[in-house]
Amino acid sequence: MFYRIPKFNYYRASTLNEALDLVSSLNDFKVLAGGTDLVIDLKVRRYTVKNVVDISRIKELDYIADDGDRVRIGALTKLQSIADSPIIREKAPVLADAVREMASWQIRNVATIGGNLCNASPAADTAPPLYVLNATLRLVSKEGEREVPITEFFLGPRKTALRSRELLKEIVIPHEPDCGASFLKLGRRNSFTLSVVAVATLVKVDKNKFADVRIALNSVAPTPVRARKAEECLKGKEISLNNITEAAKLVLHDISPISDVRASAEYRKDMSVVLTRDSLIKSLERVGIKV
Amino acid sequence: MYVKVSFKLNGEDVTVDVEPNEILLDTLRLKLGIKSVKRGCERAECGACTVLLNGSPVYSCTLLTVQIDGMEVRTLEGIQDTPEVKALVSKFVEAGAVQCGFCTPGFIVTAYALIKKGVEPTPENIKKALEGNICRCTGYKKIIEAVTKAVESIK
Repeated sequence: MFYRIPKFNYYRASTLNEALDLVSSLNDFKVLAGGTDLVIDLKVRRYTVKNVVDISRIKELDYIADDGDRVRIGALTKLQSIADSPIIREKAPVLADAVREMASWQIRNVATIGGNLCNASPAADTAPPLYVLNATLRLVSKEGEREVPITEFFLGPRKTALRSRELLKEIVIPHEPDCGASFLKLGRRNSFTLSVVAVATLVKVDKNKFADVRIALNSVAPTPVRARKAEECLKGKEISLNNITEAAKLVLHDISPISDVRASAEYRKDMSVVLTRDSLIKSLERVGIKV
Repeated sequence: MYVKVSFKLNGEDVTVDVEPNEILLDTLRLKLGIKSVKRGCERAECGACTVLLNGSPVYSCTLLTVQIDGMEVRTLEGIQDTPEVKALVSKFVEAGAVQCGFCTPGFIVTAYALIKKGVEPTPENIKKALEGNICRCTGYKKIIEAVTKAVESIK
């Protein structure tokens, strides 16, 4: 046995209310959703905790609901369910594309979207698509519920806007019919890999011009980021390869990559520009425009 | 702190007393004598410990046993007599898709799930399904060939 997990007290919640009771009464705890990150983090002692609150069985948080003008995803929905969901494929295909490339089948069968977000890795692959989809997170505590735009949720590596007694309940994605979106991920290999950089883009077009542009990247800053400068540069502009290429260079204003085991900062910068350009081209293709 | 955990293992009800920090891999290997489930990387990277949880492939090295209370676990021992696994085994042998054999149970369990889920057996789909299983001896060409032929043979 290479790893031994330090002992902890185990609490299991079957309902959201039970979970809120537990996180309100306990100190020094971690929440287990699927556990695919947490169990490894306990093994390698990234965290040592006295208590683990297992929320994986809360059925009421495992759903994908189509409300017409928006899609709601329960925090405990498995990644594989999202990749396979006809609702997500139709209403938010860029999220399905991203999730399909995450981890491996074995992990996607256990890992949850809420876990991926709350774990707040700078490399979280569910984040860039949710950023460009203007998703909102519904957070819940004994005091009530509040909504936080996903762009305000991540505060730093492993840090989120979640208060200590609060849980993520659901992800709300507004449905925007007339847009094209795409996700491109560069890893150290093609499958089962963490992002060196990943980019999601979303475009809306009006005749031959960009009506709206959203660009988000992960693994190139302490949190996933929107590339606002590049977005602003393209809005209202004519759709051309030249304009896209020039705007893509502006992502450098919004990223601050580090060198780590996966890639150097310089390489990440270069690839951020390339992937942004390519993703914008792909997003345009999805609304029938070739550049 | 011991917790009583009951689940179905290869069709039979089992109950074990476990500490909350015990992983399913250890429960299966050390308490229940299931030896097809291999201890590989122990950190959700290699796939040698793959089991079926409620029919879907998962890593037993990063699941706490307490997490699976009331669920159904199947290992290679529980599916070895199925036509799917018999076909997979014979095609693995034919294709030379086994060398040291340590990764093989994991591959067979994942490939079995792929067949059972009715995924169309294109090379792309097979590669995608098996991306979480790592072989360090033979490479993947023969494994993909074996799975493809196994699917064809049971059609």
